[in-house]
Amino acid sequence: MTNFDITSKTMDGMGPHGTKVGLLRVLGPTHVWALGVGIVLVGEYMGWNFAVGKGGAYAALIACWFAGILYTCVAMIDSEVTSTVASAGGQYTQAKHIIGPLMAFNVGLYLVFAYTMLEAANAITAGYLFSVVATMSGYEAALDQRPFIVLVIMFLAWLNYRGVLATLTFNLVITAIAFLAIIVLFLATSGIAGGGIMEHAALFEGYELPYGWIGVLAAMHFGLWFYLGIEGTTQAAEEVRSPARALPFGTLAGIMTLLIAASLTWYVSTGVLPWEFLGDGVNGSVAPLFDTARLSGSTGLIWLLGFGTLFATLASANGCINDASRAWFAMGRDKYLPGWFGAVHPKYRTPYRSIVFLVPIALIFALGAPLDQVITFSILSGLLGYTFMPLNIILFRRKWPLNSIKRGYEHPFHPLPAITLLTLCGVTFFAVFLGYGTQLVAMVGFYIVVSLWFHFWRYRFVNRGAQFTMPWPKPRGY
Amino acid sequence: MELWNWLEYAAWALSAAFGLHMLLDWLKTDSTYSEDVLTSSREGELEAMAEEHKGMTP
Repeated sequence: MTNFDITSKTMDGMGPHGTKVGLLRVLGPTHVWALGVGIVLVGEYMGWNFAVGKGGAYAALIACWFAGILYTCVAMIDSEVTSTVASAGGQYTQAKHIIGPLMAFNVGLYLVFAYTMLEAANAITAGYLFSVVATMSGYEAALDQRPFIVLVIMFLAWLNYRGVLATLTFNLVITAIAFLAIIVLFLATSGIAGGGIMEHAALFEGYELPYGWIGVLAAMHFGLWFYLGIEGTTQAAEEVRSPARALPFGTLAGIMTLLIAASLTWYVSTGVLPWEFLGDGVNGSVAPLFDTARLSGSTGLIWLLGFGTLFATLASANGCINDASRAWFAMGRDKYLPGWFGAVHPKYRTPYRSIVFLVPIALIFALGAPLDQVITFSILSGLLGYTFMPLNIILFRRKWPLNSIKRGYEHPFHPLPAITLLTLCGVTFFAVFLGYGTQLVAMVGFYIVVSLWFHFWRYRFVNRGAQFTMPWPKPRGY
Repeated sequence: MELWNWLEYAAWALSAAFGLHMLLDWLKTDSTYSEDVLTSSREGELEAMAEEHKGMTP
């Protein structure tokens, strides 16, 4: 029995069913929080403000809170399922157990695309930030951003390659600094600590809803940006010491953090920056929190929010590499992709081949694709994943009702969160269709083609005997 | 040459160093360990362990 003791130094990571080298269970709830919030917080620093351009400041606030409801449902549903299906791959593994192989294959691809595209978008943003710093320091020529984009991807991939504990501890530190920077900015500019500079009434007058309610609907697309990626906490499932405790705790603490950060971000930015400037994220305010700090006139705040912006960008890219590689690894391990990807590094205990394989893909998108297209494809893949979640939880509760299996967390008010999530996904699809219809159709077309490839060709290689790994009773009705 | 030009070259050099380190370690690892060991990870080991512990409890 001692051979199966997961705290044993000599048998660490080895299991009773053939695992000689497995992922390392070293993470706690704070790492789960750092993974989820770290991926998302860059959305507070930039990107969300396009919602203001679509429908004005109030539309952005409505989108912020509706998207907050959507993601609270995502966090609750994910916490229940992942604390029960605690394996790398997150939603992919959930889909495999609860729905079936074709759904799992699609969900796995949604995850890899959403995270790899987001990683590329973050690297592009980091390159841009370096060019801003160069300009601010008096450099007159145009900075070549490419070496900094490549450096961000290579350094973070290297960190991920070397071990999950260092990777997510690094994320914890830089994410905490980025979050605290938002709190400090709010305290310093709202009048709570020092002189207030908020001018909401004057800035909003006559522009409460400049494009009416259709503007509110259009703003929903970018409202997602406040929270996009919190579902990534599930990818840590196989590396946390106590999945049943750490995953729900880290995920729910994460969504609470983001709800606070999103509301404060909206409050300070709309109270200082005119909505036309704020809503133009290309030629106007690229980084609203940083611009707010600049208008405050405080050098300390400028530095703090400058570092906050860079740290949030790095934390997001770092978490994305972690998550995309786990999803790719899990699919390789089950032979949904070549089994070669299912390798674990015997020393660092990371899915090293998946990490390295995804590096050139991220580089191609970061160096060769425009930022808005990269972000749109990331959002669309994420949205397809969110649409799967309500179906997943409804089937999960139907096949394995409460008390039939042990759950780490049971989310309340079922099926209300699932129905709410499905409805909000429908609204957001419509909002995306208004702005990016062609990309939406292209993306759905792509997933149909790869689904056909999987069904008619790849599925014959899948390790079908090892599909269902949870020690659960037979599902109800089977 | 200005500081930022040096930083551009430094960024390229560091990127190459990180990439090279990963590639060399990858090749070394793949040549040191057998494929059976490297791809031996199985899903659900913790759950299986929990079940075995449960089964051994009198």
